[in-house]
Amino acid sequence: MDTILEATNVNKYFYEPEKFQVLKEINFSVQRGEFLSIVGKSGCGKSTLLYILSTMDTDYEGSLKMNGEELKGKTQNELAQFRNAHIGFVFQFHFLLPEFTVLQNVMIPGLKLNRYSKEEVEQRAMDKLNLLGLNDQALKAANKLSGGQQQRVAIARALINDPALIMGDEPTGNLDRANSGLVFDILKDLSTTQQQSIITVTHDPEFAKNCDRVIEMSDGTIIS
Amino acid sequence: MSIKLNINIAKTHLFAKKKQTIVASLGVTFGIAMFIVMISFMTGVNKLLEDTTLNNSPHIRIYHDIDNKRANVLDQIYTNDGHWNVVHHQKPKQEQVNLKNGMLIAKQIANDPNVLGVSPQLTTQVFYNYGPTPIPGQVVGVDILQEDKLYQIRDKMKLGNMDDLLSSRDGILMGKGLADKMNLTLGDHVGVTTPQGNAMLLKIVGIFKTNIGAIDNLRSYANISTVQTILGRDNYYITDIQIKLKDINLAKQYSARYKSVYGYKAEDWEEANATILASFIIRNVLTMVVVSTLLIVAGFGIYNIMNMTIYDKMKDIAILKATGFERKDIVQVFLFQAVFIGIMGGLVGLSLGFGISYLLSITPFDAGEFLSVDTFPVNMDPKFYVFGLLFGILTTIFAGYFPARKASKIDPVNILRG
Repeated sequence: MDTILEATNVNKYFYEPEKFQVLKEINFSVQRGEFLSIVGKSGCGKSTLLYILSTMDTDYEGSLKMNGEELKGKTQNELAQFRNAHIGFVFQFHFLLPEFTVLQNVMIPGLKLNRYSKEEVEQRAMDKLNLLGLNDQALKAANKLSGGQQQRVAIARALINDPALIMGDEPTGNLDRANSGLVFDILKDLSTTQQQSIITVTHDPEFAKNCDRVIEMSDGTIIS
Repeated sequence: MSIKLNINIAKTHLFAKKKQTIVASLGVTFGIAMFIVMISFMTGVNKLLEDTTLNNSPHIRIYHDIDNKRANVLDQIYTNDGHWNVVHHQKPKQEQVNLKNGMLIAKQIANDPNVLGVSPQLTTQVFYNYGPTPIPGQVVGVDILQEDKLYQIRDKMKLGNMDDLLSSRDGILMGKGLADKMNLTLGDHVGVTTPQGNAMLLKIVGIFKTNIGAIDNLRSYANISTVQTILGRDNYYITDIQIKLKDINLAKQYSARYKSVYGYKAEDWEEANATILASFIIRNVLTMVVVSTLLIVAGFGIYNIMNMTIYDKMKDIAILKATGFERKDIVQVFLFQAVFIGIMGGLVGLSLGFGISYLLSITPFDAGEFLSVDTFPVNMDPKFYVFGLLFGILTTIFAGYFPARKASKIDPVNILRG
């Protein structure tokens, strides 16, 4: 298996209200197709780590490599383009754009990537919605769907550019049991059939139990 | 293209909140509409005044400026030998007010290809005697054909025929106001008395109206020879040369030249109408102040609304940045919204401004004796509409840029972490 993401000696400090080291010498890597969960108590630094891995937080020390490419030191604009092409996001809250239809929400990152024509992006978006069982909701406004459906639209949006890596910040945190299971199965399926790597932060022990690997954090270090 | 996508997002935002978009546009609409109305009206007034004044005044007037300041006699004889010379109440020297060789000067000036027309004149103050009360006024002796070339006297005739003056030795064309004052009409005789005591009976062969009170209520035209006869002067005696040039902007240059060549006072129209020109400037400044205030207020309206929109859309901005939108994309999304508001508000404002200007231009308005207008003067110059739209868009770009830049600086991590 080849390594898709590698973090080396990552340190992170908070400066407000006083200097405090959130992450201490974090070293770990993620393999292609691996489904990884990060667990730990609130405040242990797991979300902070995830946002560093996501490239959105650039204020850290150490090295972050994806597909062998060093990401530390790139500009915000370069990182934005990088995220667009290589990383998909699913958050606790769906963050769909309420004025747009479900289909448009899924298409926007694809149009931004500008690798395919508008028609192709639309076709691909329909395929992703199909995959998530939402093809009949495509033309509804995003804010007219149920919570579970919205979270699945968010997953479809994360998938539109076939990212090598999908990151979830408690993707099932707002969902009931049935929908949690559904989302988990979808992610699991993606990691096995599409060979996409998945990193999630979760509080849900059942969710974590079924992952390929679980990283437990405490006080800014990985303990297992 | 990324820009097309950004514009699409901006459009969706705008149409999702139609009411807010319309309210924001209305600010621009009123700003631009008032801009159009104010500037059309103000320049309309300026143009009317300028036309009325310029049509009836020469571009350059050459005359003999009587200057009473002269060195006193003692000073001329005893200079610089340690004592003071005191002369009280030195009287003005007796001087002829005429232009020596005036007719020749006029002929010379008329040969210049840049000169439209030259009218030599002999003006005298008179009292008109008709009935018991003498009415003060003036008689201007002219070559009526030359004068017509300068001031279109023929078009201003109300009664009689201008050409009748040519064949009449004691005929005059009288201003309408003056004629009405004395209840005179075509064919009546009126006596005039000059300050020097000369008197003559003149016959009214025509009545004109220029719509300028200062002329219509005071002036009569006669042949130069008639006035020379009244004053008892020779037939080369003239007091004024009035000149119109083909290009009014040459007036200053030409007046300076005439002054140095002929040695008489040569006054160009700007010098003669300094008060009117000052009032033009004041009106223009006033217009600009009011209009820029309106546009700034509209700009602040847009600034506020854009700020609110961005506060509303924090989450959307965060997710757009997370999924790969760069800072410039976010700026484009919000700047486009501001510009759209500017263009839409601006276009509606132009139409509203045109409508109000049009209504104003057909509103009856009685300016009294001084100006001959039936409605408010409005200058509908297409240039103003181009400027209006341009200013409107510029204002909104300014007002929209700062909130848009703020939006682009939002850190997605803070928002997405919740």
